[in-house]
Amino acid sequence: MNAEDLLALTISLRLAALTTALLILVCTPLAWWLATGRSHWRTPINALVALPLVLPPTVLGFYLLVFMGPAGPLGRALAAVGLPSPAFSFSGLVIGSMLYSLPFVVQPLRDAFAGVGSRVLEVAATLRASPFDRFVSVALPLASRGFMTAAVLAFAHTLGEFGVVLMIGGNIPGRTQTASIAIFNHAESLDYAGANRLSAALVILALLLLLAVYAGRRERRDVGQQARQDVRQGPPWRWS
Amino acid sequence: MNHAARRCSRAVLGPLVSALTAALMMIFALMTPASAAVLHVAVAANFYGTLHRLAEPYALVSDNTLSISAGSSGQLLAQIRQGAPFDLFFSADRQRPRQLESQGLAVPGSEFTYAVGSLVLWSPRAGLIDGNATVLRQEQLQRLAIADPASAPYGAAAQQVLTALGLWERLNQQHKIVVGESITQTWQFAATGNATLAFVALSQVVDAQGHISGSSWTPPQSLYAPIDQDAVILKRTHELSAARSFVRWLRSAPEAARILQAAGYRPGQ
Repeated sequence: MNAEDLLALTISLRLAALTTALLILVCTPLAWWLATGRSHWRTPINALVALPLVLPPTVLGFYLLVFMGPAGPLGRALAAVGLPSPAFSFSGLVIGSMLYSLPFVVQPLRDAFAGVGSRVLEVAATLRASPFDRFVSVALPLASRGFMTAAVLAFAHTLGEFGVVLMIGGNIPGRTQTASIAIFNHAESLDYAGANRLSAALVILALLLLLAVYAGRRERRDVGQQARQDVRQGPPWRWS
Repeated sequence: MNHAARRCSRAVLGPLVSALTAALMMIFALMTPASAAVLHVAVAANFYGTLHRLAEPYALVSDNTLSISAGSSGQLLAQIRQGAPFDLFFSADRQRPRQLESQGLAVPGSEFTYAVGSLVLWSPRAGLIDGNATVLRQEQLQRLAIADPASAPYGAAAQQVLTALGLWERLNQQHKIVVGESITQTWQFAATGNATLAFVALSQVVDAQGHISGSSWTPPQSLYAPIDQDAVILKRTHELSAARSFVRWLRSAPEAARILQAAGYRPGQ
């Protein structure tokens, strides 16, 4: 692997990590609202969230590019306050990746929150736990498996992303060229040895990361079981 | 060291360090030559490897460096229209650079043909294709791959050759033509054996010694319109003189012409 490949690999990892972290932050309240809210807006929002799965990635990337571009609504709004357009920059890649991986985070979180059920939350409420306390001390630990699934899916999906980042990023070495795009460059110039090396590095790295996550998840599951047992036992309850 | 002394040393050292840093930065700024520029080049994927090879000898004669981004010509055109930070655009065709020039996105008069591509009928199997390409007329021919004539210049050229040979209608009716979305995919169809033959770019199958593996037939240039690949300098560039100097080198240096020829292209006029 050459220096450009290594740089592309670090850009991919930074992008996947940042996208995953931001998506978890943004999607937790959204998924909670989708799972427990009573608004009529939940159905259309549920449908909207799944839409990034429908469009081919290059098409999604093209629309995002037009949206962020100098004539697009976001590009113009940013230019009005003196900020550069996020197109062809790392921040543009983050925005595109977040949209592209949105359903992979919202759906497992929503289902995990729905699986918590209203009963344990009502029990907690009778013990004078505030809504925030119920969310942090009961719902979050019980939904921890959903968080793990969401994080793994978002990370892996972003790592393997190609069409969206190629379109929004512009394949600029050292700035927006991710590992999957560098593999495309090798393959397009018929340098299959180079493509194989970088693909192998990407796959092995992803495998090691996923193995580490799943090894950690085993222990975490015991925490979840403990929490579930605590809930079943009911009072006396210790709020920490 | 007591408190007072420590505070005193910090008070002295702080400004001293920043002054030194500033001085060093100024020295570095003065040392780097004013002409050194990074040229961001958007290049059609089929020329990506060749442009990398051209960048090496160019780096020996110039302080400018190339940062190369590959994509399909159509995708790059869309990105340039949305303000992509490129200085030069190397397209796989003539139309797209001309479109940019007519839309006022390219420096007027900067368009030039950097390479002329050659079409070749190719199979990884030795002895399959003879000097008259009789295999195209044989009944046992299974699949012939060409690039999409609507979007890829090599695909359009392949269609022109087959039409000139009077084979286009027949092969289409027999459903023997498979279409790759790019010239790379077309090459892959044949290289993996999924298509018996393919019309590909000479640049894809020629090695450094000018040798072609498997078997091939080069259709005479009279059967298809020249595959001109044009480039333009983009209007948004802040490195106009550096871009012009690279273009000048590309069009005049014997080394550049040698690399183009070895890669299976003819230099443009």
